[in-house]
Formats: sequence, C-alpha cells, structure tokens
Amino acid sequence: MKHLLLSTTIALLMSAPAYAGKAFISNERGNTITVVNTETWEVEDEFFAGNRPRGITASPDGSVIYVCASDDNLVRVFDANTYEELPSLPSGPDPELFILEPSGKRLYIANEDDNLVTVTDTETRTVLAEVPVGVEPEGMGMSPDAKFVVNTSETTNMAHFISTEDYKIKHNILVDQRPRYAHYTADGSRLFVTSEIGGTVTVMDIDAEGAPTVVGKISFEVAGVQPEWLQPVGARVTSDGTRLFVALGPANRVAVVDAQSLEVLDYILVGQRVWQLDFTPDEQFLLTTNGNSNDITVIDVAKEKAIKSVQVGQQPWGVVVIE
Amino acid sequence: MHRVHGLLLAALFIFVSACSALAIDVKAAVLRVDYPTLLPISRYDLPPADLGFAGAALADEDNGTTGGFLGHTYETATVAVTPEEAEAAMASILEAGTRLIVVQARAAELQQLADQAAEAGALVFNARAADIALRDDVCRGNLLHTAPSHAMMADAVAQFAVWKKWTDWFVIAGSNPSDIALAEALRKSARKFGARIVEDRSFEDTGGSRRTDSGHVLVQRQLPAFTQGAAEHDVVIAADETDYFARYLSYHLWDPRPVLGSGGLVPTTFHGAHEAYGATQYQTRFEALTGRYAQPEDYNVWLALRVVGEAVTRANTAEPEGVRDYALSDAFELAAFKGQRVTFRDWNGQLRQPILLYDGRITVSVSPQEGFLHQTSPLDTLGLDRPESRCTSFD
Repeated sequence: MKHLLLSTTIALLMSAPAYAGKAFISNERGNTITVVNTETWEVEDEFFAGNRPRGITASPDGSVIYVCASDDNLVRVFDANTYEELPSLPSGPDPELFILEPSGKRLYIANEDDNLVTVTDTETRTVLAEVPVGVEPEGMGMSPDAKFVVNTSETTNMAHFISTEDYKIKHNILVDQRPRYAHYTADGSRLFVTSEIGGTVTVMDIDAEGAPTVVGKISFEVAGVQPEWLQPVGARVTSDGTRLFVALGPANRVAVVDAQSLEVLDYILVGQRVWQLDFTPDEQFLLTTNGNSNDITVIDVAKEKAIKSVQVGQQPWGVVVIE
Repeated sequence: MHRVHGLLLAALFIFVSACSALAIDVKAAVLRVDYPTLLPISRYDLPPADLGFAGAALADEDNGTTGGFLGHTYETATVAVTPEEAEAAMASILEAGTRLIVVQARAAELQQLADQAAEAGALVFNARAADIALRDDVCRGNLLHTAPSHAMMADAVAQFAVWKKWTDWFVIAGSNPSDIALAEALRKSARKFGARIVEDRSFEDTGGSRRTDSGHVLVQRQLPAFTQGAAEHDVVIAADETDYFARYLSYHLWDPRPVLGSGGLVPTTFHGAHEAYGATQYQTRFEALTGRYAQPEDYNVWLALRVVGEAVTRANTAEPEGVRDYALSDAFELAAFKGQRVTFRDWNGQLRQPILLYDGRITVSVSPQEGFLHQTSPLDTLGLDRPESRCTSFD
C-alpha cells in the first residue's frame, strides 16, 4: 500500500524525465541488490546478491553488474537486464570495494581482512596478482589513463599508488585516520582521499608521471553537528572538475566543495549514515546510499539540492548507475 | 614549553615529509602481573593464558605492515610474572634496552613499576588498572593510560541511566576495598548527572555464594531477601569489582528492575561481539591470529602499541620522550573502532574514548550519550575532567 502511494506520488511529481536508466544498490544487511528506475525513481526489482554485498560496479557497456559479496569471499556477477547470476569471479578473502579498469578487463579488489589488493581478469576469471598493501585496505581509485590504482588502507592510513604495469607500489602517502575512498578527477590531475575518523579529505595533485603531491586538506564544519560525526566516506567529482561531493556518514549530509579552490560551499541534508555516491551517466543526478535509514537520496546536481528519497533494502552500501 | 615542543614537532613533520622516513627498529615489552584469584562467577570470564599478549601480537602485525612501507620494524617481548617477581622482570626489560613498556597490573604494582621505569627514562602504558587515583593525585608523568578509569566507566553507566530517565537508583556495593571504590565512583557519577540514590546497601563478602554446583540454589533464596524493602527505585546499580555477587542480581531481585554496573548492563572498553565502526575487521584479524575472542585487556595493550606505532609513523620517533610528547600533542589522533578518534588528556595521560555498554552478548549502547555536552569534547564528560584532576605531573 505504502509502495503504491509512493509510486503514485512519484509519477505525479516527475514531469520531464531525463532518460531511462537503472541504479543498482547493494544492501549490506539485506543481502540483495535493489534496482531503481532513474526516470520514475520507482523500485523495479530486488534480487539476491550474495552474503554482505558492498562494493558494486558495472562493466563499461553496462551489460554486467559486479558486486563484492564480502562474506562469500568472491565477486558475484549479474546480467544487468535479466538479473540472472553469471559465473562468479575469484576475489580473495573479504572483498569490500573494487575498481574496474576502463577497458573492463581487470578488476582491482581490496581484501579487507588480508591486507591485499587482488587483481582479477574478468574474462578468464583468474587472479592475475596479489599486491600486499597496508592494514584494512578499502578505498580503490583508478587514474583515468589506467596506469595507477590507488588503494587506501584504513589502519595503516596510507594511499598506496600501485602501477598497473608491474603491480608494484610506486608511492605511499600518509593521510589522516581511516582513509575510506580515493577518487581522481576526470582529467587525472587531482586525487581526493577521504579520511573517515580524521574528518578530512586530502587533496593531491598528480603530475604527468602519475606521482602525487599533497596540496591541501579539506575540513568540514556544520552548525549544530558535533565535529566527531563529520566523517567523510564516499566522494564523486563532476567530469568538468568543478564540484566535489563528499558523503559525511553519520552527519547525514553530503558536502558540496569547489574542487578547485577546495572551499566547502554547502551541505545537503540526506538520509542517515550516508555512505557511497554515484552520478547518473548524464550527471544530472547524484545518488547517495543511506545505510541507517535504508533509503537512497536523489540530489539534483545543478541545483545542489536533494529532491527525493527512495526506500531500498536493508542497509544500502554501494550504488552504480547505468543507462 | 609545550608550545616550543609543538613548533619543533611541526618542523620535524615538514622534514619527514620532505625526505623519506628513516629506518627505526621499535622494541617494546608487555609486562603482565598475575595475581592469585578465585574463579570468576561465569566460566566465560576465565582469563586466557595469553590475555593482553594476544593484543600485542596483533599490534605488532598491524604496526609491522605499515612499517614495511616506511622501513620500520616492531618487536614486542611479553612476560607474565607473580607480584613478587615484578620488580626483577621490569629490571631485566630495562636492562635489555627497552624503553616502551605496557603493564597489566593492579595499581600498587603499577605505581612501583612506573617509578622504576622512570629512573631509566622509560614510558609506561597502563593496560589494566582502573583506579581513579592513578589519574588524579598519584599520577605519574611517564604513565599513559589506555585502560579507562572507574570514573569513566561509572559516568558511562550514569549517562545511559539518566538518558533513559532511570534516575532513582538502588546501589548495591560489595564489601572489599575495590568494590567500595567503584561504588564511590558510581555515587559521584549520580551526583554529576542528576541521578538520586534512594537506597544504598552493602552486600557482605562472606566467602560464600560463589560458583558451586548448587550455588544458584542459595542465591535464589539469599538475594530476594537481601533486596527486600528497598525504597521505590528505577534501577539497581551494582559495584562488585571482586566479581562475587553482581552477576547474580538480574532475575533474583525482590523488585523486578534492570541491573547496571558490575552486573546486567556492564560498561566495557571492548568485547568480542562489538561490530560497529568497522570493529568486525579488528575481531576477524584478532581471531585469525589468536583463535579466541578479544577481551578488554587485549584491546588496551593493542591500543598502547598502536599509539607507539602512530608516533613512529608520523613523528618518526621511538624514543620514550618523543612518543609521549607526540601522544599528548594536538597532532595525535587514532582510529580505534569506536566511531571517533581517540586522543590523550594532556592533564593526566588518560586516553579519552567512548565506553561500550554490554549485556554479555551485544553492544546495547555507547556512551557518551546524546545530549551530554562539553566545551572541549563530549568524551570529556566521561571521567576526570581537567578542573577535577589533581594530577600535576603533566604540567
């Protein structure tokens, strides 16, 4: 009944649909993936995704969805149209987050329990390499030229720059406590690393060889919110490199940052314990997963305003949007 | 003096980030004093042979992995002794050149060991003793506390009870000195947060009622009679550091009321079922390494050695002075699986940290509770605050 009411309201509210896409949301406690139509913002489907699904991504052509089934110790693979399960990929133990290279061939997976990054070939479904990193690897970012994968280790507190040529670590940069996520600008000139417990985002400029230099640090401040709860987790930058959005976890807000001057411009109130973010492919909308309120918030990127929330499964963690 | 240190530290930082870190081999030790004790009420509370040492093993692994990227190695020796052997054990640790020492001991031995270590310029971490005096008038400048104090534990309980509006308390205290001290901390917390003690009784330790094959039969008759006729109260607050009666209180009271403190809902710094704030990862690492669940003293030792690791990683020092100064500086912060950074109080060397409220199975709540505010940090609503502490060794 509630669903019907909600969908009617949504149908009435939506006037000019941008395009028909689909958002896939991994529900960490519910062990499912929720599929949300990004035109109507209705829940289309929900299907079993393995045990403790967290990191989620799509193949470059949008035909396949990959999800870290953390408690199954593998990456589960689903057809993006039929939701049928395809053969799984080996991931190493406790995969949490991963990143797929732009060609779609190699998947770089953070193994939280084993201090490793596992490199898996998505075609042959074999492990190509295991790279030892710091304690509790989590965040995974990839330079747009695909030459470097950046892994953040939550207890070692470093960003490790791994060359995709020889799988060797070329640079280690200390950042603040509990780094969660690493994200490059589309032109590859800048890297943002969020630190959950440190409460900061470390900003690095990346030179032509891919070497990082720390150039700044972003801090957050919201009136009426204890500084302890401003915990940066997921992040996304617009492709023109002007705006950085940072999910602030238990502060229930997404920070809007000028990605050039690093000035924090605004805070958008979203659902509870906001975790990961993804843009719709046209960057008209930004979706946030809200783990404690079991919903996603849809943000209008141009207006920098939250426009609605959609109830999904239990403890939504990751999100990926395809056309 | 402090300001100068800060400046020096900042200068050092720039230097460190400019050139690559220097190789450091970090030597630490864990000294555990084992006391003759009676069996606990629950056999789940039997101390494992590697209590605390397991936390050191995990810390060495964690620090060592990070150190691998910086040219730092970590090696921690562990030794368990009787109270009579403690002094000699400390002497041989110091003789071996170790100057970073974690001690698991009661207050009396801890004070002596800390003073003995001070003569050699060593830094000591307290991973066990909860006595308030150690953070107050008998504090030591070379002694940092990763173990929370009785005051922090009592405040954690009081805040939760007050948040629940359970403000009328029936306090039941044990009769041994440590029980009496804990009861006093709980009474002080009641005054601090506005709870009222409407009934206050002492449950005499007569040496009986302890675990036996028929202990519960006696308990079922004794405790209702003992708790009969109390003034109208919301909760029972138990102070039983000795562990001889509080675990029995739930279900054996005259008036059906929740129990908090040493029985029922218990404040703890860590337990093996704690999962929030990424702690699952700590638990799985710990269990894979040790084959058992983590206990508070394991966590306290791990924390102490992680403090050392942070100082080595970020301030490039493993000297006792350097580690101490960095730990007490504004630059220091540590992620400890408690949802927010933990730091040290620079007036008495106590690590400020959230306290978990545990029902023996799950984390029921975490203090500080919402709405208890403080001008510096909500964590300073737990335990001795700057104006209260008579400690002068850190001035």
